[in-house]
Amino acid sequence: MSQQESTQESTKSEAGVYADDEMMRQSITPPQYRVTPEARIRPVNWNKITDEKDLEVWNRLVSNFWLPEKVPLSNDIPSWNTLTDHERQTTVRVFAGLTMLDTTQATIGELVQIDHARTEQEQAIYTNIAFMQSVHARSYSSVFSTLCSSEEIDKAYRWAVANDVLQERVHTVLHEYVSEDPLKRKVASTMLSSLMLYAGFYLPLYFSSHAKLMNTADMIRLILRDKAIHGYYSGYKYQRGLEERTQADQAMLEKFTNDLLDKLYDLEMVYSGQIYEGFPFVEDVFAFVRYNANKALMNLGYPARFAADQTDVSSEILAALSPSANENHDFFSGSGSSYVMGHSESTDDDDWDF
Amino acid sequence: MEQQQTAGTDSELSAPEFAAQGQRLGAVVYFSSASRNTARFIANCHLDDEGIDVFRIPLRPKDPPLNIRQPYILMVPTYGGGSAKKAVMPQIKRFLNDPANRAGIRGVIASGNTNFGEAFCMAGDIISRKCNVPFLYYFELMGTKEDQEKVRRGVVDFFRNHPES
Repeated sequence: MSQQESTQESTKSEAGVYADDEMMRQSITPPQYRVTPEARIRPVNWNKITDEKDLEVWNRLVSNFWLPEKVPLSNDIPSWNTLTDHERQTTVRVFAGLTMLDTTQATIGELVQIDHARTEQEQAIYTNIAFMQSVHARSYSSVFSTLCSSEEIDKAYRWAVANDVLQERVHTVLHEYVSEDPLKRKVASTMLSSLMLYAGFYLPLYFSSHAKLMNTADMIRLILRDKAIHGYYSGYKYQRGLEERTQADQAMLEKFTNDLLDKLYDLEMVYSGQIYEGFPFVEDVFAFVRYNANKALMNLGYPARFAADQTDVSSEILAALSPSANENHDFFSGSGSSYVMGHSESTDDDDWDF
Repeated sequence: MEQQQTAGTDSELSAPEFAAQGQRLGAVVYFSSASRNTARFIANCHLDDEGIDVFRIPLRPKDPPLNIRQPYILMVPTYGGGSAKKAVMPQIKRFLNDPANRAGIRGVIASGNTNFGEAFCMAGDIISRKCNVPFLYYFELMGTKEDQEKVRRGVVDFFRNHPES
């Protein structure tokens, strides 16, 4: 074969080797196969970003990655032994309830957002988040196996399955996860990550403010950090989707969000009242739920609903959540003469010229 | 009064996104990511009605840089959850790395999310320390009505109590 013939051969074969622009445009991502099974499939390309937020969120998720094995939960055994039977039983039930929500989020809540993702990177992000939700669900089991007997663990799961309020909470979000409107799924998903878990998170934060179960609380703080991004991201994509809807749809979805919040809020109140009956902090849990309901709404782009006096969470819980949230940075109210000039965390000086 | 908007006086200076109405008291410079939480908070504060010029640090590297030569309060979100060195977003660092811009900073307001624990509103801590200015106020996400009122009143009082010209 002469050189000329060989060149012609390769040009000829290249014609069918590369998709032209039109073929690329018509290609789909794998989840769309359900709708157009005949279309060509396109692999995810992280070098062709259409929404910078996707890359930012992926990077945040990856840099926050952790596993429960890294938390020395067994150091909590002496502390666990100081708890009363009632405190222990409540802890186990609270964690079974949290496991229920994280299982739901890992196995369906994130996955149902893949089908209608706006970008191919967004699809990948839900798989990342879903895995992390499974890590969270798994981490409560680590607490159980470290601190509890097999019998206690078994009873916790039986309690979770038998408890009507817990069941209604999870059924309420599942109902939206199988609904037709992808934006309703996002609202429900944001509510789960930003509102529903917090009644449960309250107890380990409370214990930690009393110097109990400190390692378990450290693990919960890692979960909280992840949840902030999960709720933020679903809420962000909800808002991008909402912008493209008609005004009538936007009004319908705002009403839907408010109605779902009302329903979940009522359930959170009943659940918290029931599970924490006999504890001195029930009112504070209610405030904590309202405080997080506001954040769920804000993640979805809606104004906060509850006023400051309704979300006045005790300072010990805020401090357990975030040590610096308790410092005085309200210079404006005149009480801030003792404002803090900053912690001593090091920054990357390479990025700063001064 | 609104010299910075007059073409030719100093072409380098940026125009405010929201120009002060009436007598100009001071300025706020803010940054908001694509989620627009801080932008919404700023819009809800209506600072321009109170005589405050509001400038926005550009989101994209291609956008012309913000140049400001008057005293201002900086309002920024915290990039939460990662390491401390990432808490201040690169666009904000780029803005502050210009000594002429940095000369005007008088205080910082930061937003964040308490879920991020120790990193909550850390951008405010870092900028406060780096620029040696007070960390004036913090709020979460897009802020509540109470936050809006406090910042609206607080920014005005701050400039009234610290006149520079």
